[in-house]
Amino acid sequence: MTHDHFFGYRRANGRAGIRNYVLILPVDDISNAACEGVANNVFGTMALPHSYGRLQYGEDLDLHFRTIIGCGANPNVAAVLVIGIEPSWTQRVVDGIAATGKPVHGLHIEGKGELATIAEGCRVAQEFVQYATELPRERIGIEELWVATKCGESDTTSGIASCPAVGNLIDKLDARGITSCFGETTEITGGEKLCASRAANPEAAAKFMKVFQAYQDEVMRFKVDDLSDSQPSKGNKAGGLSTIEEKAFGNLQKIGEKAMYIDVLSPAQAPTKGPGLYFMDTSSAAAECLPLQAAAGFVLHLFPTGQGNVVGNPIMPTLKLTANPRTARVMKEHIDLDVSDVLKRKMTIGEAGDALIEMSVRISNGRLTTAETLRHREFAMTKLYRSA
Amino acid sequence: MEEPGFIVHHKGDSLGVVVVEDVKAGQKLRGWIMDTNETIELTAAADIPLGHKVALSALKKGDTVLKYGNDVGRADDDIGVGGYVHFHNIKSKRW
Repeated sequence: MTHDHFFGYRRANGRAGIRNYVLILPVDDISNAACEGVANNVFGTMALPHSYGRLQYGEDLDLHFRTIIGCGANPNVAAVLVIGIEPSWTQRVVDGIAATGKPVHGLHIEGKGELATIAEGCRVAQEFVQYATELPRERIGIEELWVATKCGESDTTSGIASCPAVGNLIDKLDARGITSCFGETTEITGGEKLCASRAANPEAAAKFMKVFQAYQDEVMRFKVDDLSDSQPSKGNKAGGLSTIEEKAFGNLQKIGEKAMYIDVLSPAQAPTKGPGLYFMDTSSAAAECLPLQAAAGFVLHLFPTGQGNVVGNPIMPTLKLTANPRTARVMKEHIDLDVSDVLKRKMTIGEAGDALIEMSVRISNGRLTTAETLRHREFAMTKLYRSA
Repeated sequence: MEEPGFIVHHKGDSLGVVVVEDVKAGQKLRGWIMDTNETIELTAAADIPLGHKVALSALKKGDTVLKYGNDVGRADDDIGVGGYVHFHNIKSKRW
């Protein structure tokens, strides 16, 4: 196989990254301004503003910490400055990220104000940037690439070619021992039995059916109609998709024909069972799903789109592919790979998968995705219920 | 290989996806069945936009609609061969 390696960053915990961010990470929403203050002053840093982080409790609070700590711990991040309003939760985030062995420093705003925090943070961030910019890329086997996938603004071309292209990559690279992840729990409605049959063991199948049913019950509790304004979405229907079941079977093309998932992850939970395919319980909304996958440690995202979803993620570069020839033409600045030749019978799914592997390696080596060049950094925190 | 006018994912599916622009009623179309690599032909009974679906066989109201070899909903109206199939005449069996 030609594309058997990439050039990435080896982190202290052994994981491989494809980017080298110095992250200015708010613990809570009211620390966003301080983080952006640091990022505005020190070249080479990136603030990660988000909502929430105050008065949360229970499982919802656990998910908040898992998401924030997971993003700081992601191998695409070289070093992290954490800023929170108060010291206790700030330290909890610092300790969580420090477990990876990467440089991390925490500051809190109470007792000294935002301007002094920014000044102190800038000095730390400057040192982190100079540290990170001396780290070299090194040759790393493709099996160490952690790849997540989700599709968006899908249409009928997604199920015919762009999702199968991702599935072909998953089949080929799963056999080589990569770690990969798919999710979108409710978007599998109608295809849940097929999805359960792709579990590698009965425990994973049972776990999948449990999270599927729980999400299904939640939708049934809150829905006021047949969801025809939401699932399929307006864009899906404009692209020819008629029912949630049709969308589900197209969506599931992303896991190919052979790969079996070995475990089911909670939102933002890092895999613990070694290399293989994982299902993660996530929303099907792109800006909510991708941060959960980034927080679990995935470094590259493969995003098939039909009508042209423009999403990106701040931590995990998002490679977008389409098989819709019109989207490839009129939304060219959002598309990293055009596989519309499959529709013309000029390209096989296997060839589309190979082209996707090649582009994945190029992006892993440092080529910016279209979403990165357009500064798409959507980052919506998943919230399980209202704060106290 | 000639470029298809519509694509069928699985042999036996009720539907094909139109992959050329501006299909008009009465237009003859060549279809490609992907999993068996066969070519079939039919005549469109309606104007069908790019990416939207054409019926490969007659469906009666209540019939199960197959795509990817799987149940993707039910016909909500009688649909003739070559007819335009979308959310106006097929519905989810869920939600």
